[in-house]
Amino acid sequence: MFTGFDFDVISRSLPYLWQGMLFSLGLTLLSMLGGILLGTLLALMRLSSFTVLSAPAGGYVNLLRATPLILVIFWFYFLVPIAMKKITGDAYATGIGPFYSALIAFTMFEAAYYCEIIRAGIQSVPRGQGHAAYALGLNYRLAMTKIILPQAFRNMVPILLTQGIILFQDTSLVYVVGLTDFMGAASKVAQRDGRLVEMYLFAALVYFLLCFSASHFVRRLQVRYSTGR
Amino acid sequence: MDFSVFLQPAFSGGGTYLDWVLSGTKWTLLVSILAWIIAFIVGSVLGVLRTTPLAVLRAPATVYVEVFRNVPLLVQMFIWYFVLPEIVPLGMGDWMKTRMPMPEFWNAVLCLGFYTASRVAEQVRSGIQSIPIGQTYAGLAMGLTRGQVYRHVLLPMGYRIVIPPLTSEFLTIFKNSSVALTIGVLELTAQARQISEYTFRTFEAFTVATVIYVLITLVVTVGMRTLENKVRVPGYIGSAGK
Repeated sequence: MFTGFDFDVISRSLPYLWQGMLFSLGLTLLSMLGGILLGTLLALMRLSSFTVLSAPAGGYVNLLRATPLILVIFWFYFLVPIAMKKITGDAYATGIGPFYSALIAFTMFEAAYYCEIIRAGIQSVPRGQGHAAYALGLNYRLAMTKIILPQAFRNMVPILLTQGIILFQDTSLVYVVGLTDFMGAASKVAQRDGRLVEMYLFAALVYFLLCFSASHFVRRLQVRYSTGR
Repeated sequence: MDFSVFLQPAFSGGGTYLDWVLSGTKWTLLVSILAWIIAFIVGSVLGVLRTTPLAVLRAPATVYVEVFRNVPLLVQMFIWYFVLPEIVPLGMGDWMKTRMPMPEFWNAVLCLGFYTASRVAEQVRSGIQSIPIGQTYAGLAMGLTRGQVYRHVLLPMGYRIVIPPLTSEFLTIFKNSSVALTIGVLELTAQARQISEYTFRTFEAFTVATVIYVLITLVVTVGMRTLENKVRVPGYIGSAGK
């Protein structure tokens, strides 16, 4: 079955694939960071007792969670250049390049998912902790940053990382706008050399090994975090 | 904003752009629902296998779940469409390449179905495992066989417990069906993009597609919540939520 295979095409294109992998990893890490920051903000808004804050955050999260990621990527590819023209006032502004457009799309999309994780995390901290903080005279900002969020994030680390693994798999979808992430690089080599079978199987193997070992690591972390508390 | 663009005759002749939207919606629903049927059946079998005491049955199900969960859907889509016809026996490969009806559509359905099956399996497994082990022992003590314990004790409870997580998997399948556009299925997202390319009415095209996805989500959520309330075990699980 593997007799007609040309494994040389893989070793030949390794440097190119490595560039793609760096793109994928960079996009994953940066949008994870941005998504968690924005997601925390959204979660605090959703939990706020002011409707003027909680309603828009809730609407945003529900809208993004109902929309396919591919459509969100298309949306931001279309919206980011328009926004750039508005912001810079330059009618010929050409946008900020494909990487940053993708980064904004993934950050905005993941923020909705991270928001729900973080909201659950904040709600898992016993109410008494917040009351105790207020009783000690801490204001909202101090109670959140010093008491509630540190405990919430400690509980959430495994699930935030799991979402990061899903995000890493999802970055392969930048293929639809022609970017050269790991999958994009693999598919470009596959089509150039007519070696679809080898390249796609190799891509699947690489993704599997990375995601499998990462999720194993998260599972071990989960065991460690769930004990000793 | 000018939504009258959807009433204009489409570039291809015959019909309007609205017809493109409707056709896209039809394919999104078809792919998702057929894939869901596969996912539900295969996922249920795998989920049950993962809870059996026999390692011989557990191991293959575990391998399946790990493989299908740890490879991105896009890569799986390409493997079904580009790789599979090359590595199956020659006669079947030739059939897949030349005579298979609607190969994009059926490969997308199979891919999405078997991908989602791994996620359904995990939900079914955790649903069954959340039932106190005493119920299994009680069933066995009353003389039921293991098969009967599953049939009469574990599955009727397990399925009711997993309705909320299965709802979110069912919603995910509609969104994931958009990945089928990469192998050429003209579903909703693909049609929206096509309309934007032909008319330059990008905002309108994407808005309509987004609204349709939100409507699908609403309908599915309401439907599943009704089902959840209907089959709820009194006093066992909390109410269907807010």
